[in-house]
Amino acid sequence: MLAMNYRGPYRVRVDRKPVPVCEHVQDAVVRVTRTCICGSDLHLYHGLVPDTRVGMTFGHEFIGVVEEVGSAVNNLAVGDNVIVPFNIACGQCHFCKQGLFGNCHESNAQASAVGAIYGYSHTAGGYDGGQAEYVRVPYADVGPCKIPSNMDLDDAVLLTDVVPTGYQAAEMAGIQPGDTVVVFGAGPVGIMAARCAWLFGAGRVIVIDHIDYRLDFARTYCPAEVYNFRSLEDPVVFLKKTTDSLGADVCIDAVGGDAAGSALHTLMGTKLKLEGGAATALHWAINSVKKGGVVSIVGVYGPTGSVIPIGNVVNKGITIRANQASVKRLLPRLIEHIEAGRLNPKALITHKVPLEEIADAYHIFSAKLDGCIKPVLVPPSARG
Amino acid sequence: MKNLPIDPSKVPGWGVDANPKNDPTYPMRDRSHEDKRGMSWKRPPQQRETVEILQSIERNNLTAVFGTSTPPSGVSGVIRRQAFRYSESEWAHWLMLMAADRVNVVEGLVQDLGQGRIPNIPGEMGIRSELEHNRSGLITKVAIAGAVLGLGILALRIAAPNRAPTRPRKSRR
Repeated sequence: MLAMNYRGPYRVRVDRKPVPVCEHVQDAVVRVTRTCICGSDLHLYHGLVPDTRVGMTFGHEFIGVVEEVGSAVNNLAVGDNVIVPFNIACGQCHFCKQGLFGNCHESNAQASAVGAIYGYSHTAGGYDGGQAEYVRVPYADVGPCKIPSNMDLDDAVLLTDVVPTGYQAAEMAGIQPGDTVVVFGAGPVGIMAARCAWLFGAGRVIVIDHIDYRLDFARTYCPAEVYNFRSLEDPVVFLKKTTDSLGADVCIDAVGGDAAGSALHTLMGTKLKLEGGAATALHWAINSVKKGGVVSIVGVYGPTGSVIPIGNVVNKGITIRANQASVKRLLPRLIEHIEAGRLNPKALITHKVPLEEIADAYHIFSAKLDGCIKPVLVPPSARG
Repeated sequence: MKNLPIDPSKVPGWGVDANPKNDPTYPMRDRSHEDKRGMSWKRPPQQRETVEILQSIERNNLTAVFGTSTPPSGVSGVIRRQAFRYSESEWAHWLMLMAADRVNVVEGLVQDLGQGRIPNIPGEMGIRSELEHNRSGLITKVAIAGAVLGLGILALRIAAPNRAPTRPRKSRR
């Protein structure tokens, strides 16, 4: 089969690899019909995540058709069209039982702090991902969800990560009617978080980034007030001034370790790799939220330390909430939102690229060329 | 384009998920299953170990399923095995893994060449899309790289002017 092959920072290609097989009685093998490149894949692509091995296939956002099931799989059958959540979850452990499907304890042997994620380094379990024609799906009875017959595949593939992560960012923020919500990052997840903030009753939504075309999209799609931090002398001071000098009720970090905006964080985090990425957005979020406010983090950081103003967290009485999205828990409600027309995920897709052209797709997304917001890869077998 | 005033009540779906009881401690956690503590759950069947799996020393057992992609190998594998002697709380663990990743890139190149394949590195880096969408940026980068290389060569020549070629030594038997 064709599969993405990581060769080192900024280098990927498509090679032939063996078709995966069921390695466990609860596995399935899925033929991929749509797969995305996620902003967090760029952290791998940029060499920021430890234990990213040459030869691995990335991709944690994919949907497809069930081709094979293990002997203990009861809920899926060959031929089912499924949404596969990005997190691999057993459904039986202490954490899965509590709905924390992003924190499963029975899927990642190589780290205790993170659950397993498809195609996301060995720090996240060492599973090959879905940027391929076929993928092994463990615990097939737990995570995968059949795609409603009337749902567009382009909407379905964004239910694997972008929509639930954006939604959970807003949910974790505990937004109350009338709250002012600031979202750092106008990537797909940040845009979705800003859109979902309204669902929880936000009174004002502000998006901060430095890419104008993405801010223009967010302005009308979310809708939101948008500001380019490059045009602000100090984004924290600006946000204070625009909120009666108190700060926002809620700040959402939808950027993670690849943030721009601070030479110090960029040097420490992305160049020297002495931090778990550049924590600029989180730094600003902590300093821009009001006293007693909430900072919600869905941006991805590396496992080493990050320099953030923790003293301000204490002194301001800030609540920090963060997690990998619990996709399985959120899917039923999010499908309702799409069916009711309240959310339109597929509008985020700007590029649909053959899987074979993955190197160009990664570069376009990473370098923010050609107005790229969300690239989707289509394997040959799904192109008809 | 300027920001226009937004009337929240006109945004489709405004407030439909508002929840005043959204406790700012842990909104997604269902504590009703917290009656038993510790690893008391019925574990899924164990996947057979067919490749080497490096296990976190913070865990007391191998997970029921695990990934089998790209098992540790070569010099990078030796470094990774050393890294897993340390917990995830130790910087040594992560720094050694990052070092192993860099060594692994060289191993990947050697592996390609060993298989008679010269990797198309510009292609792997997406140069075609750069040419199509950012031609001027590419020209600037090439010009800067050329200038830096030229200055480097010039500096070397200035540092070591007209060094006489050394005579080949006779080998002693």
